[in-house]
Amino acid sequence: MDYSNFLIMNHEISLVVVLIITLLADLIIGGNKKVFQYLALGLFTIHTVLGFTQWGSVGDETSFGGMYITSDIHSFVKNFLNLGTIFVFLFGFEWNKTENQKHCGEFYFLTLSTLLGMYLMISSGNFLLFYIGLETASIPMAALVAFNKKERESAEAAAKYVLTAAFSSGVMLFGISLIYGTCGSLYFDEVLVNFFDSPLHIMATIFFIAGLGFKISLVPFHLWTADTYQGAPTAVTAYLSVISKGSAAFALMCILVKAFSNYPDVWQSFLWWIIVITITIGNLFAIRQENLKRFLAFSSISQAGYVILGVYTGTAQGMATVVFYLFIYMFTNLAAFGVISSIENKTGRLNMDDYNGLYSTNPKLAFVMMLAMFSLGGIPIFAGFFSKFFIFAAAMREGETLLVFIALLNTVISLFYYLKVVKAMFIKTSENPIENFKSDNMTRIGLFICTLGILVLGLISPIYEYINGISFGF
Amino acid sequence: MNILSLFVIIPLIMMAIIFCIKGENKSLIRVVMSVGGLALLAVSAYLTINYLKLRSGGDDSEFLFTNTPLMWFESLNIHYAVGVDGISVAMLLLSSIIVITGVFVSYAIEDKVKEYFLWFLMLSIGVFGFFISLDLFTMFLFYEVALIPMYLLIGLWGSGKKEYSAMKLTLMLMGGSAFLMVGILGIYYNSTPDGALRTFNIQEISQNVAALANSGADMSWQNIFFPLTFIGFGVLGAMFPFHTWSPDGHASAPTAVSMLHAGVLMKLGGYGCFRVAMYLMPQAASELSWIFIILTGISVVYGAFSACVQTDLKYINAYSSVSHCGLVLFALLMMNKAAMTGAILQMVSHGLMTALFFALIGMIYGRTHTRDIREMGGLMKVMPVLCVCYVIAGLASLGLPGLSGFVAEMTIFVGAFQHPDLFHRIFVILGCSSIVITAVYILRVVGKILFGPMQDPHHETLTDAVWYEKVAVFSLIFAIAAIGLCPLWLSDMISEGIENIVKIF
Repeated sequence: MDYSNFLIMNHEISLVVVLIITLLADLIIGGNKKVFQYLALGLFTIHTVLGFTQWGSVGDETSFGGMYITSDIHSFVKNFLNLGTIFVFLFGFEWNKTENQKHCGEFYFLTLSTLLGMYLMISSGNFLLFYIGLETASIPMAALVAFNKKERESAEAAAKYVLTAAFSSGVMLFGISLIYGTCGSLYFDEVLVNFFDSPLHIMATIFFIAGLGFKISLVPFHLWTADTYQGAPTAVTAYLSVISKGSAAFALMCILVKAFSNYPDVWQSFLWWIIVITITIGNLFAIRQENLKRFLAFSSISQAGYVILGVYTGTAQGMATVVFYLFIYMFTNLAAFGVISSIENKTGRLNMDDYNGLYSTNPKLAFVMMLAMFSLGGIPIFAGFFSKFFIFAAAMREGETLLVFIALLNTVISLFYYLKVVKAMFIKTSENPIENFKSDNMTRIGLFICTLGILVLGLISPIYEYINGISFGF
Repeated sequence: MNILSLFVIIPLIMMAIIFCIKGENKSLIRVVMSVGGLALLAVSAYLTINYLKLRSGGDDSEFLFTNTPLMWFESLNIHYAVGVDGISVAMLLLSSIIVITGVFVSYAIEDKVKEYFLWFLMLSIGVFGFFISLDLFTMFLFYEVALIPMYLLIGLWGSGKKEYSAMKLTLMLMGGSAFLMVGILGIYYNSTPDGALRTFNIQEISQNVAALANSGADMSWQNIFFPLTFIGFGVLGAMFPFHTWSPDGHASAPTAVSMLHAGVLMKLGGYGCFRVAMYLMPQAASELSWIFIILTGISVVYGAFSACVQTDLKYINAYSSVSHCGLVLFALLMMNKAAMTGAILQMVSHGLMTALFFALIGMIYGRTHTRDIREMGGLMKVMPVLCVCYVIAGLASLGLPGLSGFVAEMTIFVGAFQHPDLFHRIFVILGCSSIVITAVYILRVVGKILFGPMQDPHHETLTDAVWYEKVAVFSLIFAIAAIGLCPLWLSDMISEGIENIVKIF
């Protein structure tokens, strides 16, 4: 029997192994939360390291007749999704040990299941596999969002998530069925040659992108985002905003390039408007938020707009900048969530006013948060500046001066609310500040690595050059 | 190692050292800052001397002390490339003088000294890095590095409505840099002939643009990106109507930050306007300069008039900065050698003058606890040293011969009037009127607060300057007088740099 088809899928297989062991371990040693968590974390770290060992050695390969595709860039994206998941586990460690004690095993199992779905989404060569991946990623996610069982908000968040997810998959399926009807195939390479700019094709594309737009939370498909982010446990929110969003954005880019690149005008013309309103609305709503999780929800909506700016170009340079942006965004946003979750675990406080005077009581946390805010706002020398600059460079190359200009003016608005957080922590004073506390070791490890990433990743050019070398476009 | 890199490395080392020192050990931090600041001053003096030597030795390449460009981001052809011409040398010298005097003035800061100096150093890195860069990307990077520390410096150590001012200043300047980023990317993608390797290197871009223009290629892209770039830098240069951040920002900032900001940071705007906007897009610069002549002309007159009606010392000086920095841009847009040389001289002169002003205002405010000129009077009796210095600064500002202001303004107006066009000449005459208005607001302040009856009995017990204040003030006055008395070496050094730029128009 020929196993080569399976060997190509080594990322997925190794994840499935980790998943099954985690599930069994929960049955056997689930009582001891600490040991169980170390085991799960350790196994997943091994899986991540194994992924990184193939750095740069994965050729362009397909298996199952083109159903599954992999290459260096796919492998790179999966690797950094793994890395992000490790951070989420680190930040959630304390929460799993205390509040979430009962369902600690499920948390790991479900998170890894969604990750498996995202792998398949990214690596699909066929709309069917893509859809299966998407659903595998969505359904466990709804359960994760509802994990704070005692909170009504968490249940509400999950209901919102599951309903919009179901609706968006419906819309997307309709789009896919139109594509199948007009192109006669679901394989990307066959869709590519049979795709024209006829009204039916245009409709199919719009439905498809709209369906995916729910996952990436592009405006006007973003309405679930803020409530879900607020209601979900912070570890899950972090996971949603970075890993889930990142994988969907990358998958969108792959599919646009692979299946729809013969008539880019069809989707570029309306992505243009989506980018403009996503960035603008995300920014304008973020200004008004008081709850930090809602705040980061809207900030992540506007950040998604910048990612789509790179997707929009469809070029290899565009893909490189998208992947680089997501990579940096992961470190930055997770650093912010790390601070938030550590403060939430200790004190349960989540509002921006609660952070007044944080610098005088917890200087290190305030410092990390400030770096994250500056990096999100695109201030040099932090990594966010480089990723933004490169995305704009990729878009300018296609002659999109106006679009880049609008996006850049929006960075100024975004700076306003990022600075608001900095202002609260550094400049404002409070009668009732968050008292000084020591975060648990796992959070500190995670925050340390994230901070390091924010400080140096932009400056180290080989990373961007490596991504640029393995990207593809039309 | 390249000597220019020292300008970035020394502050970085200082940052590392201060980072390791405990926050309570304030005096050690101050010593580190002073030693480092003096080292920077020494490096820039050494650089100036060597630069003059090389030039008199007949070296006529456009930029000296260049390094072999270090490849950074290969796919976008971004390098770490440094080099200086006469103009950048002058700016570096100015910056290092302001930085060291700023350090001495900052001795008065007692709250969060460590953090203050860390941000202060980040600001200096941005400023120095900007002036030594020959690569547009690193130039832009340093530009933004210089902007963001302002937010916390003003917000944390400032006075008055500091939160509002800090936010306004940061957002407006970042808005400017949004314009700028589009402009820079536009230059990057349009300045090369088809198929050639795109570059961020200023020298190469300039050559490419000249070659493109000679081959008759379509240069209309410049008409989009020149205004964007010019406005982008113009915001920092306090060009009307984008100047509104400047009075609020300066008034709320702590003394040393006002000094650094008005003295050096605003010069980034003027420097960028000609080094990037005009130098790299000469065709559009000639075509569209009239728009900006009108705007900067308004800045010059409007700033001076606004200064006349203000009652807060810092606001007066901030509006006077708007007027003087407007004059810099105005003179640059005349695009002839004499006027542009005058513009750079004005940058140096205004940098020193305004730093001196802000330093003195800070010292006076530290004693009287008011900056309102209606509440002060007769200060000459109680603090003669500070007040004499204030008079000197005022005289320099209104252009007394023998001080630096005269040299700069004289060169500007003589040069600007050489422009044969009627439109330009009308604006030059308008601009000249600002000299008179300057005299009005300077003498008004001097008469009101230094002489006359004492307004507040508490002021009679005030003390005069202490040693570190004297060091700062006297060294600034020394520099102002030095330029005023023997300006030739400086203006020659600058006009050599200008020649390379003027010839492309």
